[in-house]
Amino acid sequence: MRLEYFEMLDRVEEMDLAAGRIRVIATTPINSPVFEGHFPKFPILPGVLMLEIMNQASGYLLYRRFNRERFVFLGSVKRAKFRRMVKPGAILDVRGQITYDGSGFHIAETSLIVDGEVAADAEIVLIVQDFPTAEAKAELARRTSEITFADPVLA
Amino acid sequence: MSSTFETVAQVISETSDIPLANITPDAHAIDDLGIDSLDFLDIVFALDKKFGIKIPLEKWTQEVNQGQASVEDYFVVKNLCARIDELVAAKSA
Repeated sequence: MRLEYFEMLDRVEEMDLAAGRIRVIATTPINSPVFEGHFPKFPILPGVLMLEIMNQASGYLLYRRFNRERFVFLGSVKRAKFRRMVKPGAILDVRGQITYDGSGFHIAETSLIVDGEVAADAEIVLIVQDFPTAEAKAELARRTSEITFADPVLA
Repeated sequence: MSSTFETVAQVISETSDIPLANITPDAHAIDDLGIDSLDFLDIVFALDKKFGIKIPLEKWTQEVNQGQASVEDYFVVKNLCARIDELVAAKSA
């Protein structure tokens, strides 16, 4: 995970495209400029980045469902709660479940679990559109190719 | 049993916090009611659930963008109701 580059997902543990379910493991870095400011001498993962991690997990699932051909991004947050502080080096178990497939939008229930406890959960709306440019599409494919998979079949 | 218009007006009112009295058949969702695209997604989600259909919002948007349909064809409330009636009829056919 590289917070400052918004590369949030490390390893896909489970992914069922038809069922709309994903589970991803991500480890927060020990050092990051983010932690220097949030907060000085008391580093914890900002809630907005917890939300981004959950968004990326569900977004990645949809991106793969659309064969990497469509651009998926956060449209709105219906609900979000940040229940535990997450420290540098924490292993995050990120879960996403698509609960509704609309036309051009999807709704997901997502959560972030640390040491068996829910650190954050949210209901989000993801928008699906065509990529704005061919370059953006190629670059996202390149970036996401760095994500690893617990089971090679998922790749 | 509520008419399509009554149900749609109720959904718009509850979803977007617009007084029910302002939602008339001739009201334009964007120009008159001030509903933006993200609010409209919430309305579409609620209408999908209410009527058991999947409103083809992407197709509609594409048709408007390509000049094959006007914004009014889909976003004036009475026209939206007519499209919903067509989708419900197609589903039960």
